[in-house]
Amino acid sequence: MRDLHKMLILVGLALAACGVYLFQDLNGSFDYALPRRGVKVFAMVLTGVAIAYATVVFQTISHNRILTPSIMGLDSLYMMLQTLLIFFLGSDHITIVNKQVNFLLSIAVMVVFALLFYQLLFKKNERPIYFLLLVGIICGTFFGSISTFLQVLIDPNEFSIIQDRMFASFNNVNEDLVWTSLVFITLLIAFAWKQNSSLDVLTLGRDTAINLGVNYDALVKQMLVLSAVLIAIATALVGPITFFGLIVANLSYQFFTSYKHSVLLTGSIVISVVALVGGQWVVERIFTFNTTLSVIINFIGGVYFIYLLLKESRSK
Amino acid sequence: MIQVRELTKLYGKKQVVENVSVDIQRGQITSFIGPNGAGKSTLLSMVSRLLDADTGEVLIDSTNTKKLKSNDFSKRVSILKQSNYMNVRLTIRELVSFGRFPYSKGRLNDEDEKMVDQSIDYMDLKEMENSYLDELSGGQRQRAFIAMVIAQDTDYILLDEPLNNLDMKHSVQIMKILRRLVDELGKTVVIVLHDINFASVYSDRIVALKNGRVVKDGTTEEIIQSAALKEIYDMDIPIQQMDNCRICVYFNS
Repeated sequence: MRDLHKMLILVGLALAACGVYLFQDLNGSFDYALPRRGVKVFAMVLTGVAIAYATVVFQTISHNRILTPSIMGLDSLYMMLQTLLIFFLGSDHITIVNKQVNFLLSIAVMVVFALLFYQLLFKKNERPIYFLLLVGIICGTFFGSISTFLQVLIDPNEFSIIQDRMFASFNNVNEDLVWTSLVFITLLIAFAWKQNSSLDVLTLGRDTAINLGVNYDALVKQMLVLSAVLIAIATALVGPITFFGLIVANLSYQFFTSYKHSVLLTGSIVISVVALVGGQWVVERIFTFNTTLSVIINFIGGVYFIYLLLKESRSK
Repeated sequence: MIQVRELTKLYGKKQVVENVSVDIQRGQITSFIGPNGAGKSTLLSMVSRLLDADTGEVLIDSTNTKKLKSNDFSKRVSILKQSNYMNVRLTIRELVSFGRFPYSKGRLNDEDEKMVDQSIDYMDLKEMENSYLDELSGGQRQRAFIAMVIAQDTDYILLDEPLNNLDMKHSVQIMKILRRLVDELGKTVVIVLHDINFASVYSDRIVALKNGRVVKDGTTEEIIQSAALKEIYDMDIPIQQMDNCRICVYFNS
């Protein structure tokens, strides 16, 4: 089967998932239920796009297919920020109650952190990317520990609000935030899409990429910041869900024979829409909200991750 | 001409390449030889901008390489390193098409396709152009990578130990192809070699490095002499003349 056919089938599946999610048991409730479901679907599509794009790009620049951008520690930073806000300002403070403020603040903090981080490390030149990732892991653990420490001390009622943010959820996405995210994500991807052919060359390894005239260091830096910003937007919109990217990116590599990023990126985006909208449908209709989507994603993602590790070790 | 001017590279405090100046003439095969750790590969990496030099400069046809954009550089000089690991499955044709990236940015036009066809033919890979690289033998893989470099169509081709892990037959095949690239297409080839007999039989000039410095630089006839080799390798190496080939018999010295 050609890649084009596969892509069409996937797009069909994605549309079907969205259709079923939007219209099943609607009972003519076009004014109430439909707009609410619409916002959710919209949020899921945006999150899917951001996570899939960020993960594929990140795996290309790190030459590693079992890493996710969460290794940069952004998820932990997000959790630490939420914990700090609730701990010091209280759950009724504007930065927690007003979702728009919280959203922009979260993005700002994560982006500033990512930029600072790379600026500091890249200034010292010739640091391999794995050095950056190791520092990322350490920062992530550090942020995580601070969060846990504060969560132990905090008032139990306040803690329940933090707990709410620890898992990604599409159930109470704010409509305004969806529009803001749409603008950001569209701009970023419009800018990044031009680099697809350079990313193709990057998969041949650093030396070959430089030989073929790719400005390696600049491209890697650009793409690292891009994936950090995309992750920041998705996390601020629905909560930590980065692990999800690992599944969709690898499914896309397995599914498509092409090495081209234009195909792989589109593929992983469509797969992530199918998975998120389909998964949310399962949560709502089959588990009747007894579980959350991120629990299911983490479970399936974990199993798939173990499969990938076993497969990698066997192929060596 | 590639002019290397006083290049130095430090790893920590150790000078791996120390104040090296070499001229590489057009239309010739120049071999870099020397013992392990002499700095041959490091020197080649600096010339091809895979590594930044700590001091010194490289001029390509009198232009400082620092002043060239990466894309323009890649139309004039190509480099092939010894290990070419990649985590993507490609066919030979897809790999060779990447050689046109500096010109086409991934969108191949008719002229690019023609160039890719020619390179594949030149390396005798036509029948297997749609095979995947991981299904090939070491020699075929190496030829596929050289075909990519030919498609890149640069005046200067630098190769870092292209004979590594190849058997005799494939080594000879690769060296003959490089010779043809110089004689038929007028390319300039710079090559790092471990086997001095390949250097002796196929190259026009030899540059010998030792402990990061150039110890000998001259025509093949000047370098393949027992006295010169003694200085490079600290070994007494007798030389035998056979049908215009000067063979170094180092196995029992």
